Amino acid sequence: MADVALHPNRVQATKATRRRNGLHNALRRKSTVAFLMTLPLILLVAAFVIYPAFYSLHLATLNKSMTKFIGLGNFEFLFKRDTFWLVVKQSCIFAISAVIFKALIGFIVAHFVHNVPANKQRRWRGMLLVPWVIPPAMSTLAWLWLFDPSYSAFNYTLSFFGIGPIPWTGDANWARFSVILVNVWYGAPFFMIMYLAALKSVPEQLYEAAAIDGANWWQRIWYVTLPMMRNIIAITTLFSLIVTFANFDIVRILTAGGPLDHTHIFATWAFRIGIEGSDIPLGASVSLFMVPILAVAAIFILRDISKRGNEA
Amino acid sequence: MSRKKLSRREFVAATALSSAALVTAPYIRGAYAAGTLSIGFWDHWVPGANKASTELVNEWAAKEKVEVTIDYIPSQGNKNLLTIAAEAQAKSGHDILQMPTWWPQAHAELLEPVNDIMDQLVNQNGKVNGTVNYLGQANGKWLGVPASVGSQIKGPCSRIDLMKKHAGIDVQEMYPAGAPPKDENWTLDTFLKAAEACHKAGVPFGIGLGETSDNVDTAGAIFQSYGAELVDAKGNLTVKTDAVRQSLEFYKKLIAFLPPDVSAWDDASNNKWLVSGKGAMIMNPPSAWAVAKRDAPQIAEQCWTHGFPAGPKGRFAPYLPFFWNIWAFSKNKAAAKSLLVHLSQPASVEKMVVASGGYDLPAYENLTKLKVWEEEGPPKGTLFSYPDPYHRQTLSIAASPAPPKIAQQIYAQATLTKMCLRYAQGEAMEKTLAWAEGECEGFMRS
Repeated sequence: MADVALHPNRVQATKATRRRNGLHNALRRKSTVAFLMTLPLILLVAAFVIYPAFYSLHLATLNKSMTKFIGLGNFEFLFKRDTFWLVVKQSCIFAISAVIFKALIGFIVAHFVHNVPANKQRRWRGMLLVPWVIPPAMSTLAWLWLFDPSYSAFNYTLSFFGIGPIPWTGDANWARFSVILVNVWYGAPFFMIMYLAALKSVPEQLYEAAAIDGANWWQRIWYVTLPMMRNIIAITTLFSLIVTFANFDIVRILTAGGPLDHTHIFATWAFRIGIEGSDIPLGASVSLFMVPILAVAAIFILRDISKRGNEA
Repeated sequence: MSRKKLSRREFVAATALSSAALVTAPYIRGAYAAGTLSIGFWDHWVPGANKASTELVNEWAAKEKVEVTIDYIPSQGNKNLLTIAAEAQAKSGHDILQMPTWWPQAHAELLEPVNDIMDQLVNQNGKVNGTVNYLGQANGKWLGVPASVGSQIKGPCSRIDLMKKHAGIDVQEMYPAGAPPKDENWTLDTFLKAAEACHKAGVPFGIGLGETSDNVDTAGAIFQSYGAELVDAKGNLTVKTDAVRQSLEFYKKLIAFLPPDVSAWDDASNNKWLVSGKGAMIMNPPSAWAVAKRDAPQIAEQCWTHGFPAGPKGRFAPYLPFFWNIWAFSKNKAAAKSLLVHLSQPASVEKMVVASGGYDLPAYENLTKLKVWEEEGPPKGTLFSYPDPYHRQTLSIAASPAPPKIAQQIYAQATLTKMCLRYAQGEAMEKTLAWAEGECEGFMRS
């Protein structure tokens, strides 16, 4: 009795101790620590990515004055607009052609750098990465001066050879070429550095075996290098496709979507409609239209990668 | 503890004394007794122009005991438009936010009506021009107070020497400083002939056909000079009319005399064109002249800002006003209104116009003859006609008189310049009109 009377809170105390031990054990678990350490980032992602994504979904379902829910009405409206389909076509041309050229140039340059003697490679890698490390808003301004309608430095140089003047941003096709060129210039170093890393991980023995089998240069690339780089090519392509589809700054600064809307892509047209035209729901709908396109591309590419992973 | 008992007489006497003391005592206010006020002003491109606004606000704040904070928001990269959109979405932000042209209409439901102070200001400063009436009011509600800061006319800025030499036009004689203009013969036909002559002489007019404001504004004024409207004031489609066809025919002729790259021009291109000395005329507020004054003084000395050429339906000039708006969610509306009244006093307006070197244009009828426009130079009087002191022009904005929410889309999508380019590049007239009609139908969604 006396014992009982002396320890009236024993049950609670035991529970508290167990809880403390549980917390202690949880904190000692690596996964808990990892979760806690990533929590600030998770919160940032939730605040600046997940919330805006859902908010833009909500906006896309409102009418122009944002007073009424209209479901998919904005998309229905967009599908009837010629300019929208022009933007879809241009976004596809812009992203696909830019990614192909970036991958191609990145692949070729990565091979060149790979073959440079090791002591000089660092210098080349650094120099070739310069376009990628300059903020595109700044570098595109320099390109704008090179392409300037009236005072283009390119046209000035070409005039010495009796060529031009070329309407770099004034003609629809030249303007498309110009924005793609700048995007390739900016993005190719990323491919180069990724491919260079992949090239370095290809075992030398495979090339030696191929050489013994009498494989020529092209066969070595086709049967050894490319299969070994397949996953990195797929991931890089997917990443670049997403970033290029969502590009804004290059087109906005260089042509602002002109002439006659012939260089508008999703982001620039969404900005024109949503911010400059004060139709935020329609602008949100335009920008959301990228999601299904990129989702389909992501599913195919990632499925291919995991299939090969399972085969391995 | 002993307590002294208060008699009835003593209580009455004490009460009377206290009341008398309270009534007669001077009212001592705390440092910021009237609360706080946050202001988002447009960041003026003229160096030092913001200082005048800051001084006026501080002067008012000291008098009214209000704690103020001012943010100057630039329009480069549309930062001001993004701020407006963000504050409208969040329903939080500045108490007063300066908005350009269409934005008060776009957020009409979120703005505090200012009819009470506008009536007072119109009585004091004179009528406001038609564009301010069109953009500043919705269903009889004044959405903001027209700001002199940033408001501008984008009329012709001509080279005196080149126009005289190649087109035979003496712009100084046509628009003399200090006297009414002799502009009877300054019509779109004369303008076209001058454009042709200057083109032949290798100094073409620099009029852009891109998708930015300067390009759209010029097209808007020329369309209005022909009476051309894509959508009328009631919201009816009026694209397929003779007036629109005439405007397109005029532009087709004009484009042949412009630099070949005008389809890619932005708002900086015409400024560069003038400053480089390559052209005889541009359509711009005096900012281009001001840059020339700094970078190419020999060109600035030959610049003369004047009125727009008249068309069959009148003489229209593009006017782009800014407004000072009070958000409905502002917590200090009374102080905000008091400040806007202070900023709209003739002395305040003059101070801001002087600080901008004559760039800013007040919307009020009685404030278009300030000394600064007479005195600015070189050459002296170059800005005299800029504010349209004799009211010879209808100040308008492209796409008006369509209901503002439709007109904003026509303006932002640059439908007018796109039509001109399509037709000039060889598209059939009816196809261009059908395209524009389809676009405008889309802009009408509510």
